Amino acid sequence: MDIHEYQAKKILSDFGVKIPTGGIVYSPENAENKAREIGGSKWVVKAQVHSGARGKAGGIIICNSPLEVADATDKLLGKKLITNQTGPEGKIINRIYIEEATDIKHELYLGLVFDRSSESIMVVASTEGGMSVEEISKEKPETIIRSKIEVAVGIQQFQAREIAFGLGIESKLISRAANTIIGCYKAFSELDATMVEVNPLVVSQQDEILALDCKMSFDNNAMFRRDEISELRDKTQENSNEVYASDRGMNYVSLDGNIGNIINGAGLAMASMDMIKLAGGEPANFLDVGGGATPEKIVKAFKLISMDTKVKVILVNIFAGINRCDWVAEGIVQALSKIEIKHPLVIRLAGTNVEKGNEILKKSNINYIEASTLEDAANKAVKALG
Amino acid sequence: MSIIIHKNTKILVQGFTGKIGSFHAEEMIKYGSNVVGGVTPGKGGMTHLNLPVFNTVKEAVDQTGASTSILFVPPAFAADSAMEAADAGIKTCVAITDGIPSHDMVKIKRYMRRYPKDKKMGLVGPNCAGIISPGKSMLGIMPGHIYKEGKIGIVSRSGTLGYEAAQQLKDLEIGVSTSVGIGGDPINGSSFRDIIEKFENDDETIAVLMIGEIGGPQEVEAGQFARENMSKPVIAYIAGLTAPKGRVMGHAGAIVSAYGESAIEKVELLKECGVTISKNPSVMGETVKKVLVENNLN
Repeated sequence: MDIHEYQAKKILSDFGVKIPTGGIVYSPENAENKAREIGGSKWVVKAQVHSGARGKAGGIIICNSPLEVADATDKLLGKKLITNQTGPEGKIINRIYIEEATDIKHELYLGLVFDRSSESIMVVASTEGGMSVEEISKEKPETIIRSKIEVAVGIQQFQAREIAFGLGIESKLISRAANTIIGCYKAFSELDATMVEVNPLVVSQQDEILALDCKMSFDNNAMFRRDEISELRDKTQENSNEVYASDRGMNYVSLDGNIGNIINGAGLAMASMDMIKLAGGEPANFLDVGGGATPEKIVKAFKLISMDTKVKVILVNIFAGINRCDWVAEGIVQALSKIEIKHPLVIRLAGTNVEKGNEILKKSNINYIEASTLEDAANKAVKALG
Repeated sequence: MSIIIHKNTKILVQGFTGKIGSFHAEEMIKYGSNVVGGVTPGKGGMTHLNLPVFNTVKEAVDQTGASTSILFVPPAFAADSAMEAADAGIKTCVAITDGIPSHDMVKIKRYMRRYPKDKKMGLVGPNCAGIISPGKSMLGIMPGHIYKEGKIGIVSRSGTLGYEAAQQLKDLEIGVSTSVGIGGDPINGSSFRDIIEKFENDDETIAVLMIGEIGGPQEVEAGQFARENMSKPVIAYIAGLTAPKGRVMGHAGAIVSAYGESAIEKVELLKECGVTISKNPSVMGETVKKVLVENNLN
């Protein structure tokens, strides 16, 4: 789960990381007042969307008067921001963060992630702040500092100091910088984060160490014990079909193609998408209805797929294990008695009692194309596109 | 021999009396697995499915001599149960539970480092289908009858894609020595490398089918291990050719975030290691067959 910049900064500040003074607003009038309240002579108006690269997309505007702040807010609110990470549909701007402008001396990069090789938490830092970590690894890999943290004891002062010295921070600011790094680590480890990225982390002309931008992601599997984080979820930043699916316990990812998929198991779902591609088609979605593929789940899955206007053909691929094919077939028949499907439907059943399952489908009045193997299913789905 | 589980392996079920635990315990017993009891804290002394229930894993191990456990405990309590099993001297624990927080997985793995190698529990999963040594024992939630007894080792992240492979092999009259599901989580108990090493050391296994997917370094690490240490052929399929970068594809671990984690990159890197690639998921069985013929192993 992702959260907004202003929410991430609030969390960091609770862990002792300094952030510029700022506030969230929902209207231009609000924005003007907020700018006066913050004071100073220069403000940054920042569109709050779940995406990086907002600056390049026009989502961050520097203003020299409260009136300009109001204008900038007016310009952004309610619009869709299209960045190189949002896809062509962009993301809606419903909240604006107004912040005092910072006089920057140095821009640095600081990120924390799980390192899957060492199964520890990894701190990644670089002197090249403002660039994405991918760009840094491509263009300035020699500037990257990595530090593995032993989770049993957490980050140590010396480790944070080493990173700070590695970033070339002046001696008098080292303990401030180290505390910033420790604060980020604590936020990561105490709140079930999967990613904390401060980019840029800056040294200001006034020698303050400030988190100027921050992205945080959290482990969905840990939300049962993180009420304070789950309430930060902003569904307007997610694809509406994906929200519908996740609220009903299904794993769904919206894609650009036109063949809709209903599959049990994440691996089989990815494999079926691969087969569609190899057969010359493009999948409209990833959908794992779960190993069980219960009739209720199948009904929900058909509803979900029929909400997607891109879909021209539907492919159902169920490998029934413990839950037999005859039972799955009954679920499909039941689902299609409740939902009208206008598109060609290809069904491939495999596993336990496959003959019985296919017989049930044939005897029903469902209009569908039967497929035997994964490959056969993908070929028939692509062919059905016409 | 098969790997990890054999005909007489004594099995405990953690989360025994729950709905899911009961259902799958019964399926395992029907398959012929030697389930000797279960653990549900607070229900010790009861009898469930004609087997004893214990309050603690330690007590269960003392009374039954079990060496192996399977875990159906809900995500919030699963890490605790896995550590309890490790501490009680369980040799292999299969965690079926889906949805264990990554921070908990890191904690379990760190906790297990306290044991010397010969006393350390092997954790398989979580979020996996478990293990089956066809005709001998089933320690998982798979449909046992799709696995034919034989000599191919299967190791797969995905459950259903592992079933797909077993079915394809069976249709070609090729059997399986042991099939291991290592699960779809970013941090898991046993890696591909851990399992293929066991297959290399198993007399019965003649070749290994590895079914991987996008995300993480484990498939490539296994490939490197195979190049340097394996005499047996390795065949691999990597799912997720069409998966967009940065999106989680169902499995929490199926996300491309660095170089070498996409399906295309993994395939290239595995080829360099001498692994034979099944070019699509429909020909996993055929590719294994071809490799067996080429190596005079059929």
